[in-house]
Amino acid sequence: MKQVFNKPKSLKPNIFHYCPGCGHSIIHRLVAEVIDELGIQDKTIGVPPAGCAVLAYNYFDVDMGEAPHGRAVPVATGIKRVLPDRVVFTYQGDGDIAAIGTGGTVHAANRGENITVIFVNNGTYGMTGGQMAPTTLDGMGSTTTPGGRKVARDGYPLDLTQMLAVAGGSVYLERVAVNSPKNIKKAKKAIKKAFQAQLDGKGFSLVEILSGCPTNWKMSPIKAMEFIDTTMTGIFPLGVIKDKTGYDEKQGEES
Amino acid sequence: MTKQLMRGSHVLGEAAVRAGCRYYFGYPITPQNEVPEYMSGRLLEVGGTFVQAESELSSINMVMGAAMAGGRVMTSSSSPGISLKQEGISYLAGQELPAVIANMIRGGPGLGNIAPAQSDYFQATRGGGHGDYRCLVLAPGSIQELCDLTYSAFELADKYRNPAMILGDGLMGQMMEPVEFPEMVDLKSLPKKDWILDGAKGRSSRIILSLLLDPKALEAHNYKLTRKYDAMTAAEQRWEEHLCDDAEMVVVAYGTAARIVKGAIKRVREMGMKVGLFRPISLWPFPMKPLNQLSRRVRHLLAFEMSSGQMVEDVQLAVKGQAEVYFYGRPGGVIPTPDEVAHQISHYYHNAHLPLGQASQAGGAA
Repeated sequence: MKQVFNKPKSLKPNIFHYCPGCGHSIIHRLVAEVIDELGIQDKTIGVPPAGCAVLAYNYFDVDMGEAPHGRAVPVATGIKRVLPDRVVFTYQGDGDIAAIGTGGTVHAANRGENITVIFVNNGTYGMTGGQMAPTTLDGMGSTTTPGGRKVARDGYPLDLTQMLAVAGGSVYLERVAVNSPKNIKKAKKAIKKAFQAQLDGKGFSLVEILSGCPTNWKMSPIKAMEFIDTTMTGIFPLGVIKDKTGYDEKQGEES
Repeated sequence: MTKQLMRGSHVLGEAAVRAGCRYYFGYPITPQNEVPEYMSGRLLEVGGTFVQAESELSSINMVMGAAMAGGRVMTSSSSPGISLKQEGISYLAGQELPAVIANMIRGGPGLGNIAPAQSDYFQATRGGGHGDYRCLVLAPGSIQELCDLTYSAFELADKYRNPAMILGDGLMGQMMEPVEFPEMVDLKSLPKKDWILDGAKGRSSRIILSLLLDPKALEAHNYKLTRKYDAMTAAEQRWEEHLCDDAEMVVVAYGTAARIVKGAIKRVREMGMKVGLFRPISLWPFPMKPLNQLSRRVRHLLAFEMSSGQMVEDVQLAVKGQAEVYFYGRPGGVIPTPDEVAHQISHYYHNAHLPLGQASQAGGAA
């Protein structure tokens, strides 16, 4: 019988612990597929976050080194500086990268550290139980914003990826989502491009992925997927934020 | 190899490079800025990597990454910066990653000042960061020893897969003394590390972590670390005894304080007081056994520190009540003169009615 669907080689045969409707499982799979397709499983080193994806090393079948909360990018920097011919990626949530880890991330982007960041934005601190994240939207509920986030009281949702665009060393920044088959395909394309940019030694690449958290958003998985389209993309619009890879120009010349 | 006159901070850097250190991640702070400055140039010459990070937090985490990837790596800082690095040091210990951290202590708490002090003894020897762990802590008393201990720190860190700390102070960093360097380590001759993250080529993938959610699993890991610390305690105690053979009283002091004590001992011996020096070189593991043995013979010990009293607790633990332990401390970055220390020794010596002998010319230079 013809096999039409396989588990990516770069995923271990473990069952994901993520909640129903959570985007992490899809994103793990996309990253693993990209690693397989680029043939880099044996030269890739991943750095998981503290957060829901802290156990990512149970799923990715590549070398994985755990970082303290918010420190994945500096840890990845250290690994890459010792092994510049390996592929180093971090996998981080919005609390990890856009709150406690902001400083290290901005400066790594500015130095043009040749690493790839997978930034999963679900607008909440999932693992600790739904506290306000830097990315929580105005009016969105959380366990530390009674009555929902009020910007006058709690500040505004932070667009970290946009901030990173002004850093001279960032070469590829794109925001995608994993709430529909079409968006998932786009997300995979972006992830592959980000890894390719690193393979070509271009500098800092990051893909921000809008992902549902039905558990902490207190929505059904379907409602959560819709919420990404109807509300989240209003504040965090999808698309390329910065692209200095030159890949698309080349393609243009060829066609 | 001939002797050359060099500043402590540069000696620290050069000894690290000769020990095979090729990666340095740091952040400026007085009084140790000459270390990153030296490393920025020297590592270029030897094909290494220097990164001036955006913070102490980032620099210690870069150290962590470089250690995971198998590099000989170090960072350096001074007290407030070392406080910021404590989170990372706890992870290094938990993940069993080798790295060398140098702390050129300045006066504290808080911003304190930039004068030489010994007020980070507790922080260095008692953990500093969270969790059950130990750092190997080495305290040089001269520039040559700073060189030698820095060199060994890299070997010991690799041997035990544990962070090692060089504990100096601003004086040790600024002072110039003649130094003879060991030969440059041949990086290819270093033992292969079979645990690093360098890509799962021809082997199954590896994980380096400190998260062990099952209490039984973490307990087993803690016991494994404890066995390692026990092995370090058994094998790595270092100390110097100076004029202890006939001593009625022994001063216990390390680093810069011990240098001052040598000058003070010279003075009190000229007055007939039989006083020696016990100088811990490894602060963790503290040389408990030799100090305990000494205290069976010498019943009066004076702990002297440039702090308000930290190492003195280890002295008390070592002697187990079988000798009187006096204390003299000068916190705040004050460096007392040998005369001032001699005055204190004399005070305790006479108060204890210890016998005076022949005035002697023995003793080290101030």
